[in-house]
Amino acid sequence: MRADLTPELAPELAAELGLKQSEYEHVVEILGRTPTVTELYMYSLMWSEHCSYKHSKKALRTFPTEGEHVLQGPGENAGVIGVGDGWAVAFKMESHNHPSAIEPYQGAATGVGGIIRDIFTMGARPIASLDSLRFGPLEEPRQRYLFEGAVAGIGGYGNCIGVPTVGGEVYFEEAYAGNCLINAMSIGLLREERLTRAVAAGPGNLLLLIGSTTGRDGIGGASVLASQEFDERAEEKRPSVQVGDPFEEKLLIEACLDLLDGELLVGLGDLGAAGLTSSASEMASRGGVGLDIDVTRVPQREEAMKPFEIMVSESQERMLAVVEPAKLAEAQAVCEKWGLRSTVIGKVTDTGRFVVREGDEVVADMPAATLASDAPEYDPPAERPAYLDEVQAFDVRAVDFGSPAWEPRSLLLSLLASPNICSRRWIWEQYDHQVMLNTMVLPGSDAAVLRIGEPGRGEVTTRGIAVSSDCNGRYCYLEPYLGAQIAFAEAARNVACAGGRPAAITDCLNFGNPEKPEVFWTFREAVRGLADACRVFGVPVISGNVSFYNESFGQPIYPTPTVGLVGLVGNIDRVATASFKDEGDVIVLIGETRFDLGGSEALKLAEGVVAGLPPTLDLQRERDVHETVIELTEMGLLKSAHDCSEGGLAIALAESCITGGIGARVRLAGSMRPVAELFSESQSRIVVSCAPENVMIVTALADRHRVPFALLGTVEGDTLAFEDLFDVPVSELAAAWEPVLERLVGGQVSTEEMAEG
Amino acid sequence: MRFGVVVFPGSNCEQDVVHALRYLGQEADYVWHGDTDLSAYDAIILPGGFSYGDYIRCGAVARFSPVMAEVVRFAESGRPVAGICNGFQILAEAHLLPGALLRNEGLKFICKTVPLRVEESVCQWMDHEPGTVVRVPVNHNEGNFICDAETLGRLNANGQVVVRYCEPDGSLLPGSAPNGALDNIAGICNERGNVFGLMPHPERVTDPATGGTDGGAFFTGIVKRLEEVGG
Repeated sequence: MRADLTPELAPELAAELGLKQSEYEHVVEILGRTPTVTELYMYSLMWSEHCSYKHSKKALRTFPTEGEHVLQGPGENAGVIGVGDGWAVAFKMESHNHPSAIEPYQGAATGVGGIIRDIFTMGARPIASLDSLRFGPLEEPRQRYLFEGAVAGIGGYGNCIGVPTVGGEVYFEEAYAGNCLINAMSIGLLREERLTRAVAAGPGNLLLLIGSTTGRDGIGGASVLASQEFDERAEEKRPSVQVGDPFEEKLLIEACLDLLDGELLVGLGDLGAAGLTSSASEMASRGGVGLDIDVTRVPQREEAMKPFEIMVSESQERMLAVVEPAKLAEAQAVCEKWGLRSTVIGKVTDTGRFVVREGDEVVADMPAATLASDAPEYDPPAERPAYLDEVQAFDVRAVDFGSPAWEPRSLLLSLLASPNICSRRWIWEQYDHQVMLNTMVLPGSDAAVLRIGEPGRGEVTTRGIAVSSDCNGRYCYLEPYLGAQIAFAEAARNVACAGGRPAAITDCLNFGNPEKPEVFWTFREAVRGLADACRVFGVPVISGNVSFYNESFGQPIYPTPTVGLVGLVGNIDRVATASFKDEGDVIVLIGETRFDLGGSEALKLAEGVVAGLPPTLDLQRERDVHETVIELTEMGLLKSAHDCSEGGLAIALAESCITGGIGARVRLAGSMRPVAELFSESQSRIVVSCAPENVMIVTALADRHRVPFALLGTVEGDTLAFEDLFDVPVSELAAAWEPVLERLVGGQVSTEEMAEG
Repeated sequence: MRFGVVVFPGSNCEQDVVHALRYLGQEADYVWHGDTDLSAYDAIILPGGFSYGDYIRCGAVARFSPVMAEVVRFAESGRPVAGICNGFQILAEAHLLPGALLRNEGLKFICKTVPLRVEESVCQWMDHEPGTVVRVPVNHNEGNFICDAETLGRLNANGQVVVRYCEPDGSLLPGSAPNGALDNIAGICNERGNVFGLMPHPERVTDPATGGTDGGAFFTGIVKRLEEVGG
């Protein structure tokens, strides 16, 4: 056993690696001696916030995780639900915020690559990606660089591996200027019986490392990047960002699915944060076994790598498989067919210990389970932030709605041109959103709809899933509990617009430094809100990710609990899209508009403030609205369905007109001042259209679910006309909405210039 | 008839092509790039994707795959070969088709459905009437077709330009090509018309469930011709 640290030096290294004094003492207690360098690195990474969830675990346990569809809940690489006829869907969302804030192309690309590995590790073929992005205002050159780079990175990776990017969302807010958010969600399809788990079992079985060589890239990524805030030294952290190779990943997908098809593996895990250390120790911990790894067997791309560097390297595109000796040759032949390196680096043992050697010399020897399971658990102090009183005290009703800033026609056009509302076409046209021929609803509607089946294998069904990822960070900033519930409600509403019944969610909880009581309070409130919303809808959380330390120069981002929701669609042929279709169709608002301008995009544009209370939310009402629309979709009665969110009813109508290339004549109820009716962001509202002969059924169904509705008008002409108020040609709406991102990004500063600067 | 759809490491549209062909009632099988026997097939398609990660240059590595020597022989014997997107790039690298595909003019990947005008050509694959305007998705980063003036003259004179990017009404404007392609060229064939390369993805709009049916006739022309020849 190599003793390379003295009792005096060890605590110093531990502190440098981010281990708290008490955590270091716990390591010494577990080992009964002074740890080695390798051991300290391994514990520090596994016990980092990023890998251990030590600040969040307790709160996360309050999520409901069980439900009729659930085949695999949290705790694995991804959650899995059954979707009928023996098909299952695996999905998870994960953040790659800090790497992207330093190097947006590679940060976003490896974010996509990492989450996709989590999916095929479960035995599923990745079939779709979604991305939730947050940046600062695009007027700042640095933000344009980050935005353009992240979009190019997502496309560059996803397009190459042939997994369609079908949806997502993006917001631009000052709060994210120092710390952008890149949350990537991946969805995979598998037959139920193929469900694979990342478990090491069977002493004597071999550990086969598949894929890329190991270098020094990404060393300490989980602790250096993901578990610290940013300051002026952020640029120095660039070497901690990994570099992606999507071609290698494409080969890994095909090889791993072939290996699983051939029943050649006992277990399969991917190497993500903390590399071999986390992958191996988690697999050992789940299997209750020990492991013995010789780092000299690991193929290296750099010279003179130290054992700890090999053990914690975050080099991308690597998988760890457990193989029975008798099947090794066959398994390696599959890897070779795909041009992939595969190397036996160790074996499963019955000792329960994780032993790392460098040749003959043991450099680490720990109880395997302690790395993954013995991480400390904290219950950080929480305190309601003082800013809440201030922002919530803002009286929206006292605003001077008579001022020119609130002139409805020009405000509508300004809202359409707001980067938070405008067309996302500039983004999704850089993504292959069609490959695999399962994308039934293209980007630009409320939810992406994917057909269940593998057309290339001759298996096509009429079942589908509808998917959406959502979070309005402003609402969460103004009231975290309610904001998180609205994030859930909006995701479910988007899925309902496509006729999908919510089955399960994944989440990506982005917050500031949890060691600050004010930040932790917002986290706890958001988790409570999300958990309560899940319970009302009977929808479990099956996977997710927490990203803390999203701060720069001490300023936290808006609390951003992004929700990725998957719903089941019974018949994909009946799915409606957001666009108006035919002249004479009747437009009906399902739900009710109230005075909800607090935290709204209109308030931000007209008054320049993010203040007030977010819209109220009645979760039962929300659910009834969804059920109404889902049933109408299932009956095939809807021509269009589009939810009201940022910008309110007026924006929903305008978008349905623009994307449909047709106008509408609408009469408002007149119960409130017009700007409130037009731009309130009241929840639980969906604008639908149907043939005139079906209106009675639509309204009767709304009645049956005790949901208020309003007959708004008809689809007609080439103008969006609000009777007695104003009208705007659809071409003018489109001219405001369509070119915004391209114009903001276009040509003003090149990516290369910023990268050099 | 029986199509062979070649799978290179990094191909990603092979399943889509096979699905489209089977939807059209044809037999279609995957051919691994390491295989060298194409005798079982009446026609070969090189599908889209990122063969070898598009490293070095799109198609530059794939053209050296073992199967490509056979594909060249297959084509030179007059049998039908088509390359879609990355497949077109590979055919160009293998010199089965003239010209090259450069990075898109806007330096961005483009995935969108665009109008194409079917030209009067010698291409054996097409079943669309010349002048027809169809809507087919493009999905590429390097689709900016270029060739020298002499080659361009020959392509035009010999009826080797098969489809061009156009305006929705079929007219051609300098900016009709989303990628900056020379003369709005979206697809070309060799002089005999048996080798066809195109950047757009007709397989994505063959099964109506996936959003269109304009793509089918990019494959059915060759089926009809071979059936006529066959008897």
